[in-house]
Amino acid sequence: MCLHFSTTMPLSTQSQAQDEQYVLVASLDNARNLSNILKAISFKDHAIFSATTNGLKVTVEDSKCLQANAFIQAEIFQEFTIREDLVGFQVTLTVLLDCLNIFGGSTAPGVSTALRMCYRGYGYPLTLFLEEGGVVTVCKIKTQEPEEPIDFEFCSSNVTNKVILQSESLKEAFSELDMTSEVLQITMSPSQPYFRLSTFGNSGNAHYDYPKDSDMMELFRCTKTQINRYKMSLLKPTTKALALSCKVSVRIDNRGILSLQYMVRNDDGQICFVEYYCCPDEETDDE
Amino acid sequence: MDCVVTGGNVKVLAKAVHSLSRIGDDLYVEPQKDGLALRSVNSSRSAYACFLFAPLFFSRYTIPSSYAFRCKMAIKSVQAVFRSLVSLEKTVEKCRIELDDQKNRLTFTLHCKHGLLKTHNLSFQDSESLQAVFDKDSCGNVFRAQPRLLVDTVVHFPPSLEEVTVSVSDDRMWVRNHVEDEAEQSKAMLTELCLAADEFDHFAVQAQNRITFCLKELRSLLVFAESTGLPISMYFDEPGSPVVLSVTDSVLEGNFVLATLSDDPNHCKDNNRRTCTQPPPPPDDFMNDDMDSYLIAMDTSIAPVPSTTGPSTSPLVASTCSKQPAAVSHRSRKRNEEEKGKEGDRTADLNRPPDKKFCSLFFGSVLPPSPQMSTQPITHQNVLASDSEDDTCME
Repeated sequence: MCLHFSTTMPLSTQSQAQDEQYVLVASLDNARNLSNILKAISFKDHAIFSATTNGLKVTVEDSKCLQANAFIQAEIFQEFTIREDLVGFQVTLTVLLDCLNIFGGSTAPGVSTALRMCYRGYGYPLTLFLEEGGVVTVCKIKTQEPEEPIDFEFCSSNVTNKVILQSESLKEAFSELDMTSEVLQITMSPSQPYFRLSTFGNSGNAHYDYPKDSDMMELFRCTKTQINRYKMSLLKPTTKALALSCKVSVRIDNRGILSLQYMVRNDDGQICFVEYYCCPDEETDDE
Repeated sequence: MDCVVTGGNVKVLAKAVHSLSRIGDDLYVEPQKDGLALRSVNSSRSAYACFLFAPLFFSRYTIPSSYAFRCKMAIKSVQAVFRSLVSLEKTVEKCRIELDDQKNRLTFTLHCKHGLLKTHNLSFQDSESLQAVFDKDSCGNVFRAQPRLLVDTVVHFPPSLEEVTVSVSDDRMWVRNHVEDEAEQSKAMLTELCLAADEFDHFAVQAQNRITFCLKELRSLLVFAESTGLPISMYFDEPGSPVVLSVTDSVLEGNFVLATLSDDPNHCKDNNRRTCTQPPPPPDDFMNDDMDSYLIAMDTSIAPVPSTTGPSTSPLVASTCSKQPAAVSHRSRKRNEEEKGKEGDRTADLNRPPDKKFCSLFFGSVLPPSPQMSTQPITHQNVLASDSEDDTCME
């Protein structure tokens, strides 16, 4: 059932026999490729891990209104072995992040922590073998009963408006957003103002308008004018992923549910995705 | 009102707003014929700052001709418009400031690269004109230096330091951290820098004085001056009367007017004894001048009140829109000595309440002196009149 196996792993000292008791084994030469992307969704403590042959999906939710999913494809890992169709467990994300950075998480070039992540199955802890400069640390993190993630039933056929922007232009807007505003209003329209972010704060209101022909706009596909408001407190955590990303896709479906997909390039130039779903703050009648 | 700022001037405007934000909480906006005035004053009214951007600074400058519009708004909200100074320089191509009469909103529109348009509609309050009354041209001591010189000087002082003392002789300027009282002085570390006259672009000393003022405001002007590369001029006379720091070029003028500490005579003497490098003690004619002691002296009606009870320094901020700059009164040294001789060693000084730090400098709009005076017994008015005619007639 081995999908990928490499024999040149820094942590390949584990015996084959020992490996066989694990339902999931995932190795990374550079643990930062995992920790960076997990940091971007660490706005709540509990993270639901679900692994399939395609890779690892980590889900974090807030208030049943916001869901963040980080996808790390199997190809990102130097080794990704899964012995069941679906392996699911839940861990405390902050603890996992602390472990991944147990060697200090140095960003100096040439210094990296190698990771081998193993899970024996239901009831067992998640075991991390971390190695840097010949020192190996073994961390065992207690796993919890995985919760069922919310299904936002977001499907692309119901998407009314979609834009793809280079993250750079959105980063600036998000760093300047008036945080005294309770909501962020997103206007998407086939006519002016095309794509607008608005805040309504203590000192007045502010609008950020992106024309559809801007060279920051990679795709503009809006069919209908939609004005929706989203709680600023819910959207605030998404800026972490935005900061890492190079492109962002903004989609809104016919119910006003917002999907933000961030394309994140890791240290080795590989691509991962972080996705957010957010419920609108109130029903706006856009009929 | 409709103003358009383009290119590098947007950053200059933003820097000015940031600089003003370190003075007070409100930004006073007043479009005038001679340019857009942005002003701020601190809560104790001991520091006032004003930038005037000439119409030529703008690529379009139209102001309401029918009525005088002026307003104040939270400076934080304006700062938010220019939040990231770094990206501002790279991305903003044009900034338009418009007044929406109907909605009572002042609109800042930033036209950025890639067609991104940022619109900030800010609410404002009507306000009186904020106008400090000062006359820097009448000051005896005038210095001008490149910002770098002053930046390199203040960098030696810790950020926690509140006040610096600047003393001058004919060819030198000393900048020293100000230490509160004697008890502290024995423990405190004193840092003094000596700047030679030839380090300045201009160095003119009429009176070898020593003044103490807040460092914070100087720092905030330095940030502006450094980014624009404009030299800073400094104008002052004597302790207790304001120091004016200013930057000027063809299209803008910035003036920061700061209260200086009224000198305590004992304190002075000690300082001089301790360090022989100090210039001669400053004339002490204004040392007891402050509104509080003036009022208290009148209330308690202690018989012969020393001349020092006159309304000390001129009110710097007038709440009216009178634009005539009344000269900050200063009496000649000679006259001062006469007064001193006349009064001799009056013990009244001992009954005075302790000096407050930067009191009385900007009380113009707070304490109208004339009605106060009319309620007082006529004898005191006489005392006042005989001792400080030039002060009273100024009102």
